[in-house]
Amino acid sequence: MGAGHAHKLYRHGHSPVHDLPPHCKLAAVFAFVVVVVTTPREAVWAFGLYALLIAGAAAVARVPAGFLLKRLLIEVPFVAFALLMPFVVPGEQTQVLGLSVSVPGLWGAWNVLAKGTLGVAASVLLASTTELRSLLLGLQRLRLPPLLVQIASFMIRYGDVITDEMRRMSIARRSRGFEARGIRQWGVLGKSAGALFIRSYERGERVHLAMVSRGYTGSMPVIDEVTASRAQWAYAAALPVLALVVCLLGWTV
Amino acid sequence: MHVPDGFINAPVSAVAGVVAAGAVAVSLKGARRELNERTAPLAGLVAAFIFAVQMLNFPVAAGTSGHLLGGALAAILVGPYTGVLCISVVLLMQGILFADGGLTALGVNILDMGVVTTVVAYALFRGLVGVLPRTRRSMTAASFVAALVSVPAAAAAFTLMYWIGGTTDIPIGKVFTAMVGVHVLIGLGEAAITALTVGAVIAVRPDLVHGARGLTAPLKLRIDGELVDAPTAAPTPAPAHRPTKGLWATGLVTALVLAGFVSFYASANPDGLEKVATDQGIDKEAKDHAAKDSPLADYGVKDVSDARLSGGLAGIIGVGATLVVGSGAFYVVSRRRRAGEEPAAATRTDEKV
Repeated sequence: MGAGHAHKLYRHGHSPVHDLPPHCKLAAVFAFVVVVVTTPREAVWAFGLYALLIAGAAAVARVPAGFLLKRLLIEVPFVAFALLMPFVVPGEQTQVLGLSVSVPGLWGAWNVLAKGTLGVAASVLLASTTELRSLLLGLQRLRLPPLLVQIASFMIRYGDVITDEMRRMSIARRSRGFEARGIRQWGVLGKSAGALFIRSYERGERVHLAMVSRGYTGSMPVIDEVTASRAQWAYAAALPVLALVVCLLGWTV
Repeated sequence: MHVPDGFINAPVSAVAGVVAAGAVAVSLKGARRELNERTAPLAGLVAAFIFAVQMLNFPVAAGTSGHLLGGALAAILVGPYTGVLCISVVLLMQGILFADGGLTALGVNILDMGVVTTVVAYALFRGLVGVLPRTRRSMTAASFVAALVSVPAAAAAFTLMYWIGGTTDIPIGKVFTAMVGVHVLIGLGEAAITALTVGAVIAVRPDLVHGARGLTAPLKLRIDGELVDAPTAAPTPAPAHRPTKGLWATGLVTALVLAGFVSFYASANPDGLEKVATDQGIDKEAKDHAAKDSPLADYGVKDVSDARLSGGLAGIIGVGATLVVGSGAFYVVSRRRRAGEEPAAATRTDEKV
């Protein structure tokens, strides 16, 4: 896989969005999502405009629509939940396609679907245009505690290693004739998980020793400080500010 | 159970975010005490482990499978603070990298899946370990119960947040029965897997299991055919857990009451509404669930009279959640201003209420 330098969602590229400093992008996406969530659900047109904004940002970032749409599938479980809402929420009933559904339920479903989808789309756009390393730097710039950022970076760096280890253990099990069919095989799988934990923990100890022997004293030196010019902030702010305008219109109209 | 954007309204999400940030800050301090300067690499690797083990499929029957959520496991294996930290980092990264769980709902998710699961599981585990005989088997049993209760407790916490700030007025009784009912089933799987995993680790490296510290038998030497205690360094007491013993007892009682009611609900109404929504959502899993759940199949809640009862229950959970938050605040205060007794005392009375 990506050998620790990229993650599944990242798409390499050199668009204006790719080149923005990560903390600007993080702040912009977060502000955008907050604005979307605070928009009244009755302003249906506003969500259409938001979708257009996201589509515009994706176009600037040169992220193909198919890629973005495919990633939206992560939402599917909640779509199912939203589709149930019209049937379980009590309230005024109405007829849709011959089915009796409740009006507040429909609004609720619309609310979850629209806001959830926009939120996922914004996160996908962020993840597909920002490298892992710079994402972590951005989080650090946004004053996330350094220790938390360090833990996150270790998790990201070793996530693939541990997952691969798990995959190798699975191959080893299967090559010895093991087949997980039902609950009766849980004992073996539990032991595998236990072994995986011990391996991860011991690897952590080794990593720590290796770091100490290279002069680690509890904090990582920051060698590539990311900075953002005012123009870059302004550029990144375009998305949430436009969204805010739409949101304010949504409240007043 | 990754809550997306727009599910919980903005004010409640914001409050949850602040509380979650506080919990993470407390855990950062606590984890430093649990792991000292090894915190970053070890917690990072444990987080990576949790992330990986969530992808380990446990087949149930006929093509369906479950997987671990990991809160209880993390709490028992590496301690509550590191556990909260690891789960929070996993959730943060899932939110940012995989768009799994909304960014504005991050606080809700961390509070729900990170803090409630871990704290409930650990409190229950320590309580049970204190009561049961100090053997390996009772450790496994305790982790089973801890994991079993932690999952519906998280579901109940979610219900509480939904009650306060849900964007749609589904009757809270319905949400509660659906959430908790399904999560008891999920909790059973979680409990079995957690117990097996903890048992496997205890069998090989009991020293790594945070919750089993103090279980190690004194080293004996066979000298001239007789077992003699080996000379050891003076045993170091673990004072960190002392002051919170009363708190944990309260938490234990709360959790037990909860467990009793919860199992009652489970047998009464195992319906499939929330099962879909509670999927952990790594896309491969989504397919599994789409195949296995028939969300419309069995939905019929006949519990109008239950609404009051479940409301009361939600209240009980609210008390539990407040306790957790209060204890966090108490902790910070007592560490910050050791000299000033008054604020600490005030917080303590808050907890007792």
